Amino acid sequence: AMLRASLRQVSAALKEGRVTPTELCQRCLALIKSTKFLNAYITVAEETALKQAEESEERYKRGQPLGILDGIPIAVKDNFNTAGIETTCASNMLKGYISPYNATVVQKLLDQGAVLLGKTNLDEFAMGSGSTDGVFGPVRNPWSYSKQYKEKSVPKSHSEDEESNWVITGGSSGGSAAAVSSFTCFAALGSDTGGSTRNPAAHCGVVGLKPTYGLISRHGLIPLVNSMDVPGILTRCVDDAAVLLGSLAGHDPKDSTTIQDDFKPFELPNLTDVSKLSIGIPKEYHAPGLSSEILALWSKAADLFKNAGAKVVEVSLPHTPYSIVCYHVLCTAEVASNMARFDGLEYGHRSDMKDSTESMYAATRREGFNDVVRGRILSGNYFLLRQNYEKYFVKAQKVRRLIANDFVKVFRSGVDILLTPTTLSDAAPYTEFIQEDNRTRSAQDDILTQAANMAGLPAINVPTALSERGLPVGLQFIGRSFQEKQLLTVAKWFEKQVQFPVIQLEEVKRHDSDVYQHQKSASFS
Amino acid sequence: QKVSVEVLEHLEHLALVDFRDAEGVERLQKAIQFADQLHEVNTDGVEPMDSVLEDRCLYLREDDVTEGNCTKELLENAREKVEEYFVAPPGNIPLPKLEERETFLQGS
Repeated sequence: AMLRASLRQVSAALKEGRVTPTELCQRCLALIKSTKFLNAYITVAEETALKQAEESEERYKRGQPLGILDGIPIAVKDNFNTAGIETTCASNMLKGYISPYNATVVQKLLDQGAVLLGKTNLDEFAMGSGSTDGVFGPVRNPWSYSKQYKEKSVPKSHSEDEESNWVITGGSSGGSAAAVSSFTCFAALGSDTGGSTRNPAAHCGVVGLKPTYGLISRHGLIPLVNSMDVPGILTRCVDDAAVLLGSLAGHDPKDSTTIQDDFKPFELPNLTDVSKLSIGIPKEYHAPGLSSEILALWSKAADLFKNAGAKVVEVSLPHTPYSIVCYHVLCTAEVASNMARFDGLEYGHRSDMKDSTESMYAATRREGFNDVVRGRILSGNYFLLRQNYEKYFVKAQKVRRLIANDFVKVFRSGVDILLTPTTLSDAAPYTEFIQEDNRTRSAQDDILTQAANMAGLPAINVPTALSERGLPVGLQFIGRSFQEKQLLTVAKWFEKQVQFPVIQLEEVKRHDSDVYQHQKSASFS
Repeated sequence: QKVSVEVLEHLEHLALVDFRDAEGVERLQKAIQFADQLHEVNTDGVEPMDSVLEDRCLYLREDDVTEGNCTKELLENAREKVEEYFVAPPGNIPLPKLEERETFLQGS
């Protein structure tokens, strides 16, 4: 089951010659074609991917692979610049924009021989929590087509089928999450500003890692909120996330917000004794709207740690309820500034309006941005008006410090890792999701993930169990700054305990000709 | 309290983005209402936080030229150019006043 293997497993297979990079690449490309209905990819870079695969194959033949990532098919969210390949941010503003350079993280992956299959779909300019608001249409959650979901859904009438029943991926890195979840690639890059990697990871049943702010370079990642954005890592298991992290982390002279400390890639130990661990359960994360299912799962997870000998304590992060409001102000303010570069003059869409520079800029932005983006720009400008600056922007910056301090206090009290839910519920059906506007949805859905971005802390979603509807539910671990090794070690232990089931997709079975192996029945739910 | 038409117009000028319709204005109203919750928090004596890395020194490299000479690549993505110049329509012409331009705000 080559496509369903983990990154490390397939890398070993490549090294041993059990499969070739071109074979692997071709299989992934074929699967992408037959799962086109998911709309996970905006651009599939077929020619360049095959060329990269061929070059990788040459290296393996010579016995000189570049490393563990050599020949591994990966996908990248379409808000990372990729030289020679269109980068759109799912917006009309950048349709047709061919980047002249690679984002640092993309360059690092290519330097290690990874095969870039394509650019994945997202909410326009990464603004949203559903991956439904991009100009290329919404991304469909692969689990909508899984045996597990279909078994649990009751068709409302004869004519209604999976066409109207499909569920969202979450967002904004929905395309990347769907690509990993549907086995078209072995890892994908996302971005995380308010939860944009962890949210779709939870809904799509994959591992989603948000690294500490300052660990991975943002150079080439089209910015949303400069003080919170980080590249995110999506994989099918925690060990794979550690591999990606090892390849991407470290100081980048091109991004002055990356820390200068030496980063040493690590392998995760197999933790057997958790008795020295202290797990904090922040009570404020029992947020309004949290489904009883997820609450029960969260509680069960806490018990799991307790029964294994860990110290599990309830803690308080009192400013949690204000994190979303704070984010709303800071985000729109930074967006107002960051989106100012799109004026049609040097790149991107340009309006035909010629009367004056200002009118050309205004028309270009009118034509290029969707309602969500324009709404945030206008709100941001409002909060930055001289009469509002202290009242809103500076006030939000003060609240941000209070939120960050909450975490400092808790970690100082001896807690090692925090355990929280990632989302309020399992993935909603698309028809239901779009009934509320983007801002409302984002405010609701980011509530459990946002504070980690405020404080710059590392956080990871680990798929935990299937809901009553047969859809993935994940739990989140939040760690101390730059303590990714500890965070991932605990996440890996937890992943092993819960044995999250493999998605059963018809398309994948057809492309993966090996005998299908059933996951052990001892699952967590 | 509602945002005045003067402020709305001012925002359209600053942002060079328009409200387009009543929904756009309503969106702003709701955003302000939402943000007002911030005032429930006591921030006396709290310093604003710009960056979570505030305790560290930002990396500054030597002032040496390490890359450049990429005029051709940079011009590729521009629609209007002449030789090595980006071409813009005439500047120093402010956007027409509210009464003179087509904007949803005219009706307010």
